[in-house]
Amino acid sequence: MAFCIACFIRDTAGALGLHSAEAVQYARPEIIGLVLGAFLISVATKEYRSTAGSSSMVRFVLGMILVIGSLVFLGCPLRMIIRMSAGDLNAWVALIGFILGVLILSLGTSLLKSSTSGPGSMHAPILLSLIGGLIFGAVAQKSRMCFAGSIRDVILMRNFDLLTIIGGFFVVMLIFNIATGRFVPAFDTPGVIAHSEHLWNILGMYAVGFAAVLAGGCPLRQLILAGQGSSDSAVTVLGMFAGAAAAHNFGLAASGTALDAETQELVAGAVPMNGKVAVILCIVVCFVIAFTNNRSEGK
Amino acid sequence: MREVDARGLSCPEPLMLTAEALKKGNDPVRVLVTEPHQKMNVEKFAKDHGRKTTSTETEDGFAVVIE
Repeated sequence: MAFCIACFIRDTAGALGLHSAEAVQYARPEIIGLVLGAFLISVATKEYRSTAGSSSMVRFVLGMILVIGSLVFLGCPLRMIIRMSAGDLNAWVALIGFILGVLILSLGTSLLKSSTSGPGSMHAPILLSLIGGLIFGAVAQKSRMCFAGSIRDVILMRNFDLLTIIGGFFVVMLIFNIATGRFVPAFDTPGVIAHSEHLWNILGMYAVGFAAVLAGGCPLRQLILAGQGSSDSAVTVLGMFAGAAAAHNFGLAASGTALDAETQELVAGAVPMNGKVAVILCIVVCFVIAFTNNRSEGK
Repeated sequence: MREVDARGLSCPEPLMLTAEALKKGNDPVRVLVTEPHQKMNVEKFAKDHGRKTTSTETEDGFAVVIE
């Protein structure tokens, strides 16, 4: 099961013609299912509420950052957990960056007081993907599952409710991977689309963690919130599409380490120079938003 | 009682407004939010800061009284 919000958004952006990277074009039914699932369950439980208008444009920029950072690391926080459960050490390295990114605001709020407010062809059958997305969307809506939120709750409020959900997910995936022999603790495991540029894994996820805290949720949570009526999150999702388009139109996305089919040699994945510059810019923009915006600051 | 009107605002704003209000003093604060998860976040935050909360459903969301 490869489930990655940033990658699915990228594939869908490709299918809509927003970028022309041919390998990654597919209108992911999982994304449609996630939003629909969250929408249906929120209507059923009377939690659907249409809201909008809290720093919407800032959220658009944050959405772009979420996806650009993710595509430099090669995965959203959800895929980071899945990669961790498969033993990919690169994902564990990136976790450091993600935690630091989320942490920055708890540091910010205490130090600065209130002024800191401051690959498309490989896919599961369409119907199965849609149903999987629907169920996952409904579960995520009910559980308020969020990768950034769980770390924030632990650090800021010493509350482990959300982390327990992510932890449970990790343990289930870990058991599944061990049971099916997919658990390989190593860097550059063939078959796992990842790269070993540690600094950029850390910085990419740092940008994602930072932007997620500022936007009030990781990419998954943004889709769910959009489904339950938040136009602000819907704007973040539109920003994610723009970010995905930018990542491939301007050559920002990293490439994964892969086995060359002809020579049988391992070709190391890498982050292009454009991607490195983009990540630095994203982090700078996060700082600017965190320290200048009085209302859209992190929790 | 001081009131924080965070109705219609999206995360993380309701929580930041609450945090700011709690910093200003220990008197009771009434926080108005729109969505259930925001109510939960405000309650968690207040409890972690040693305050008691009572929540009621309102016409357009929830009111959390922090004492």
